[in-house]
Amino acid sequence: MSAVIEAHHDDHDHGPAKGITRWLYTTNHKDIGSMYLWFSFIMFLVGGLMALVIRAELFQPGLQFVEPAFFNQMTTNHGLIMVFGAIMPAFVGLANWMVPLMIGAPDMALPRMNNLSFWILPFAFTMLISTLFMESGGPNFGWTFYAPLSTTYAPDSVTYFIFAVHLAGASSIMGAINIIATILNMRAPGMTLMKMPMFVWTWLITAYLLIAVMPVLAGAVTMMLFDIHFGTSFFDASGGGDPVLFQHVFWFFGHPEVYIMILPAFGIVSHIISTFARKPLFGYDSMVYATASIAFLSFIVWAHHMFTVGMPLAGELFFMYATMLIAVPTGVKVFNWVSTMWRGSMTFETPMLFALAFIFLFTIGGFSGLMLAIAPADFQYHDTYFVVAHFHYVLVSGALFSIFGAVYFWLPKWTGYMYDEGLGKLHFWLSFIGVNVAFFPMHFSGLAGMPRRIPDYALQFADFNAWSTVGAFVFGLSQLLFLWILVQATRAGKKATTEVWEGSEGLEWTVPSPAPYHTFAEPPKVS
Amino acid sequence: MMSKISSLARAVLASAFALAGAAAVAAEYNMPVGVTDVSREIQELHMTIFWICVAIGVLVFGAMLVSMILHRKAAGAEPATFHESTKLELLWTIIPIVILVVMAYPATDVLVKIYDTGGEDMVVEVRGYQWKWQYKYLDEELNEQVSFFSNLSTPRQQILGESQKGENYLLEVDNELVIPTDTKVRFLLTSNDVIHSWWVPDFGLKRDAIPGFINEAWVNVKEPGVYRGQCTELCGKDHGFMPVVVRAVPKAEFEQWYAAQLDPSAAAALAMAN
Repeated sequence: MSAVIEAHHDDHDHGPAKGITRWLYTTNHKDIGSMYLWFSFIMFLVGGLMALVIRAELFQPGLQFVEPAFFNQMTTNHGLIMVFGAIMPAFVGLANWMVPLMIGAPDMALPRMNNLSFWILPFAFTMLISTLFMESGGPNFGWTFYAPLSTTYAPDSVTYFIFAVHLAGASSIMGAINIIATILNMRAPGMTLMKMPMFVWTWLITAYLLIAVMPVLAGAVTMMLFDIHFGTSFFDASGGGDPVLFQHVFWFFGHPEVYIMILPAFGIVSHIISTFARKPLFGYDSMVYATASIAFLSFIVWAHHMFTVGMPLAGELFFMYATMLIAVPTGVKVFNWVSTMWRGSMTFETPMLFALAFIFLFTIGGFSGLMLAIAPADFQYHDTYFVVAHFHYVLVSGALFSIFGAVYFWLPKWTGYMYDEGLGKLHFWLSFIGVNVAFFPMHFSGLAGMPRRIPDYALQFADFNAWSTVGAFVFGLSQLLFLWILVQATRAGKKATTEVWEGSEGLEWTVPSPAPYHTFAEPPKVS
Repeated sequence: MMSKISSLARAVLASAFALAGAAAVAAEYNMPVGVTDVSREIQELHMTIFWICVAIGVLVFGAMLVSMILHRKAAGAEPATFHESTKLELLWTIIPIVILVVMAYPATDVLVKIYDTGGEDMVVEVRGYQWKWQYKYLDEELNEQVSFFSNLSTPRQQILGESQKGENYLLEVDNELVIPTDTKVRFLLTSNDVIHSWWVPDFGLKRDAIPGFINEAWVNVKEPGVYRGQCTELCGKDHGFMPVVVRAVPKAEFEQWYAAQLDPSAAAALAMAN
């Protein structure tokens, strides 16, 4: 049984091509995974810069640095880039690298489509970011782009925004198809579905969510395109349409989208906690069922983003109850992670720090989510900084921290070098402190009455905003430390062993570090 | 060992309660109780779900903390091998469901109350514009009687930092909406252009103003005063600069004010005669 292809059988093969063509034409899941990860990191820094522009303006009451119109472009593009350019591609990159290794497959099922899925993204985001430099300015209607602000009242660049969304959506759909085909068809013999690692399970379910809802987003932006250019009135009441239709279609995509952004994180955390507690994941079956329940429920809660829209009472009640229900499987997962820790034998290397912080901080985000689910209370929270606090807790100290944890966790397998543990811990603590100082006060600014998406604010919000800005800058600048750590670890460092971590389990830890360009040419047997 | 756990647990619980208690007491960190029955009931729902979350948090984070201290390799802990328990899974599925069902009852009650817009004493149309509000007082046939715009009145110099910011910076307008207290006021909300949203935190009232559609809401303000809110739906460049200011006055004072709006000269003459 060979985990590594023998290097000398034939002459053509095996190392990667040289030069830029290696990256343009590669069909190798490891190369493509690396490209997704570097791309997502660049997008993260770009989106982060926009966040710092926002926070600089909001440091004090008054308008100091930017015009309100440009501020709206910053908030809009910060959201679009982080959601579609940073978080999603990072998870796809991790899937590309790890899913074939975890199931004992030599590559993804559709390697050429894999290449296309990646290369669409730099084009899509160049187009999107270029709109900021156009005369009309870039998109300024929020990442949720409600009509008619995004149709009748949109800047000319909106058409490029629509095309960029279509492109990124196509990339996601193709990537999802690839993941499902790979997981369902290419698992090593003996690896039944209920023996798959959790990251594979969570990505399988995420891929179904993507296929279900990315076309809905495409529908929403196409209806926008038609309203703007072809005289239709999907979202225009004067032509018989309805602006609220936009919100229903958008959020039917939008809610599963946020679960798309967290389910892979759940998988990562399950791996890291069990490895560093040196104990099997508690409740594997429940974790699978809970993930599936969350995915199913994610389709029937969308209008909790629309509680103030004037829905009929029956609808409002239904969405409130269904939304409250999602807390149950999510709670089950948290309890199972803590039970995995319980009576383990834990060490606290950097990946474990990020995973533990995830459980702590994502749960706080979950609490504010439960509060938001209470529809009458939401009348006071909706479109305020309370919501901003909630989603940044689940997305930054949730999804993003799981990505950081995953990178530290798997980097030695990718590069063959251990990252600098001291610097990794420093990156963790700066990020942890930064994120909490930035986002915890936002609960209070929201409760005090501060709306979202405003460049200037009344005096009672000043202190909270000042703290948030300080935290944001600490967090933002410490990501440059992360960049340094990554660059170092790709070039030199202590050599990593095959197992890397003492408690590691799974096929991915049986290949050498760094993983050879081709692995599992022969499928391993799984007991 | 046992005393270590219990003193640790006590420390965790004590600090959690201290923190949460401080938050509850410090009103400036919390949602306002407001001046209507609805706003007060909303705040109570908010505090209830908050305390439930605090309780769950103390349990979960407490367990994590204890585990991180006791179950460390450095402390010599050996890893156990248990990895499932159907009983536990059932327990921590069913108990949360029960908690949620218990929470759903009061939440439903308040929502039903919020939706009961009938039996109103007066009707006001609220129309959102880029970037100001228009208020129209309507009679029983919903014909417009009094109508005016309400614009941000904070001077630009304050925004640009050229002069000192006033106390109600960004929350002041030229013409306030005036309504009587102890009166069920029904609002009809719409927009002239994009979606806006009308929010007064002290009323517990937020409703989107959607072009081409009419939304309903109602309020019954118990205490006279000036209540300030903002637009809460991104509506373009001056979304942050179109505040909502409502002055709630006793009924008699409202009647006088309203009469003056209807017929300024007659009201002035009456005032002079008195």
